[in-house]
Amino acid sequence: MPTYNLKINGSSQSIEAAEDTPLLWALRDQLDMVGTKYGCGIGQCGACTVHIDGNATRSCQLQISQLDGKEITTIEGLSEDGSHPVQEAWKAIDVPQCGYCQAGQIMTASAFLEKNPNPSREEIRNAMHGNICRCASYNRIENAVAMAAEKKMA
Amino acid sequence: MSTTISTKFSRRSFLRTSSLASGGMLIGFNFFTACKDNVKMPVDIAKLNYNDFNAFIKISDEGMVTLFSPNPEIGQGVKTSMPMIIAEELDVPWENVNVVQGILDTQNYVRQVAGGSQSIRFGWDALRQTGATARQMLVNAAAARWGVDASECTAKQGVITNASGESLGYGEVVNEAAILESERAAKRAAMMAELDEGEEPPAENIVLKDPKEYTLIGTDVGNVDIDKIITGKPLFGLDYKAEGMVYASVLRPPAFGQVLESYDDTAAKAVPGVIDVVKIGEKAIKMLGMEQVDWSVRLAPSEKVVVIAENTWAAIQGKKALIAQWSEGSPLENTKAHDKILSDLLDGKDFTNLRKDGDVTKAFRQADKVVEKTYESPFLPHNCMEPMNFYANVTDSKIHLVGPVQTPASAASTVATLLGRDEKDIRLEMTRMGGGFGRRLYGDFVYEAAEISDKIRKPVKMVSSREDDMMTGVYRPAIKYRIAASIKDGEVTGYHLKEAAVNSNMYGLIPNFFPAGAIANYQVDVAKYDSNISTGAWRAPYTNFLSFAEQSFLDELAEVLEKDPVQMRLDMLEKVKGTTDDRIQYSAERLQDVLKLAVEKSGYNNPKDGVFQGVCAYYCHNTHVAEVADVVMENNQPVVKKITVAVDCGIVINPLGAKNQIEGGAIDGVGHSMYGDFAFENGMPTSNNYDKYRLIRMNETPVVETHFVKNTLSPTGLGEPTLPPAGAAVAIAMKKATGNRIYKQPFVSAMASKPILG
Repeated sequence: MPTYNLKINGSSQSIEAAEDTPLLWALRDQLDMVGTKYGCGIGQCGACTVHIDGNATRSCQLQISQLDGKEITTIEGLSEDGSHPVQEAWKAIDVPQCGYCQAGQIMTASAFLEKNPNPSREEIRNAMHGNICRCASYNRIENAVAMAAEKKMA
Repeated sequence: MSTTISTKFSRRSFLRTSSLASGGMLIGFNFFTACKDNVKMPVDIAKLNYNDFNAFIKISDEGMVTLFSPNPEIGQGVKTSMPMIIAEELDVPWENVNVVQGILDTQNYVRQVAGGSQSIRFGWDALRQTGATARQMLVNAAAARWGVDASECTAKQGVITNASGESLGYGEVVNEAAILESERAAKRAAMMAELDEGEEPPAENIVLKDPKEYTLIGTDVGNVDIDKIITGKPLFGLDYKAEGMVYASVLRPPAFGQVLESYDDTAAKAVPGVIDVVKIGEKAIKMLGMEQVDWSVRLAPSEKVVVIAENTWAAIQGKKALIAQWSEGSPLENTKAHDKILSDLLDGKDFTNLRKDGDVTKAFRQADKVVEKTYESPFLPHNCMEPMNFYANVTDSKIHLVGPVQTPASAASTVATLLGRDEKDIRLEMTRMGGGFGRRLYGDFVYEAAEISDKIRKPVKMVSSREDDMMTGVYRPAIKYRIAASIKDGEVTGYHLKEAAVNSNMYGLIPNFFPAGAIANYQVDVAKYDSNISTGAWRAPYTNFLSFAEQSFLDELAEVLEKDPVQMRLDMLEKVKGTTDDRIQYSAERLQDVLKLAVEKSGYNNPKDGVFQGVCAYYCHNTHVAEVADVVMENNQPVVKKITVAVDCGIVINPLGAKNQIEGGAIDGVGHSMYGDFAFENGMPTSNNYDKYRLIRMNETPVVETHFVKNTLSPTGLGEPTLPPAGAAVAIAMKKATGNRIYKQPFVSAMASKPILG
């Protein structure tokens, strides 16, 4: 099987895998980075969201053969100690219920706030529309994104 | 003021203590039942056994408290709230408490299920008594050291203080406490042995706090796993990994009713990373003939083809490359046919009666007017965000099972039967679950993992894809309700509820929920159709749809009677007060109170311009709830903006967690009522992933505002009760907004077929 070099969370990782292997499964099964979650496999739920060069992207839709030279950030690399403003807001508001989708929610929210640091409520609701939370913790996700924006602005 | 509880049974009957080899004290206890008299506590923390105790508290000699709690966590928050109850009575600072998910050996083990919103309700007394007893042991030890009477000492926030102001931390007396307790227990055992036959042992008093003294219960406490969740640490079943583990993807019959004929694995074996292809199912099929077999073994009465691979992706790709032939083991069913079958059942005469008050037939004969409406709901998949999966490692000496399951005890016991093994060889570890909603009550995925590992003799993780999960699931059954009411002289004199359901009918006390007890002539009849499509519990079974039907019907009755829908419900509830019918377990007072609170807080009597409000009150899972939905018209379409929820769940242990359940339950209720649709054609689901199956998303989400009725009654659960009323409140508000009544879920289909009347 071919070998690929990926730049993940600032460090270079070598993976031997079939070329069509989605980044999601390379992260989870080969690199033991299980924070990125499998939810649907077709880019519809957002549980597998990572940043590629700063853009929120569905890792289930990215083959590892397409990632040469790209900067990949996963939930494990968003901050060293959970201190990213979005993570802190998630904790302050106590967002999760089951918690499974939350890494993907946090990755979508953090990329969104980089591009739109001062969003309206409506912009937040639209930006987070691609991430499903089956426990429906949506009110808290919305409030946490708003809180993180305020913190970043402050 | 404290509450002194005299227990007939000794504290020894649900709790034991031991000194730990590593220092400190270990207390083992049982949430639900008495332990046996002859069990021993481990002195080594690594040897915790859950045979007789289903939870343990360790108090270290530094005063740190670790709670080993094996209660399944599916997102309902019990991993935080149950330890809070112990910590309150033990009186330790919450920062000093660490909660560890316990391991479960399943021999002799009693009841441990996450389901029915019952964990807190059942655990309340035992958890308080355990915490209070442990505190008393520590106080006794401190008093003994000081040579004073224990009653002169107080314990607060991990520190014991005596009358002269001296103090000792819990950690400083924990070793003495363990020794004192075992001496005391030995004395009591000797005394018990002296008792004459039939003579009652003296009661032991446990002093519990008065709710007014609570400093932790009733405060906002964050989820104990929050740091791991927000940083992506391994927590869930799908995250579990073991040395040498392989991955398995299971090809199950694509349609309900099909069975495997043959398969060709040539292409599958050529997929890079695929190790082997095997067949399972013989053992499960053999079990089908046995009595007392767990129901979920019946889920797929066919052999299945399993792709074993080095990683999940290869397993999934390998499965796609399998070519299998299936034959029709039983007829392949269709939603259209079910629709007619359920209507025919409602039109027919073949019912089982579940409640009968007075004479409904006579009331209907004498009525001025009869109102009759039929309500319809589709099958629904659970769609836990974490698809079904389980780890199994079957060896000649042991069976190790790890993963997310709501019913660990029955899963382990069924695996023992399935593989012809001894239950004591099984070790089952529970992981955090990426949602349950009833799906993980059924252990089919555990049995598959066990059968695969038994066959290949390797540690293996069975992983379902989203498509597997949605297409080979256990579904909320399609149900129709027909409700008829007789009206005489402006009053409702009779009420007849009929249920026609696929596979199984409402159970337990559901036929006795409101409005049972409020109408003199009242009858509940049920009928069912046996299908080969697997159905089961889905968050708030039956009531998740029954509430919509009944509360919509009451609203329509109020309209016919030209009564205010709130006042009509309050008047009906008035008639239930003082009932001697012990099947009526809802409280008319509490239901009235939540209804009044929701009305007040939502501004129901003075809605803002352009806001249409629907109100309802419902009782299920021992909790009383009222909800008001606010709907506005945007672009000529009704949009749900807000749900005001009033809840009486007794004492609120953790308001932060409680509100999360309430918000999620209400939005889940709105989402599935609005969008949830699931159909079968030739035995096969017509949707298999989120591109075709619509779940509510953030920009469709109303704001949920929660209000609690404050009281000091024993707490009840919140995992389910706010879901059922939500759909009803929305449908009633939609009627006001659009002029159309909705009789069918999902609402989006019902609304699309009718013009907006305005």
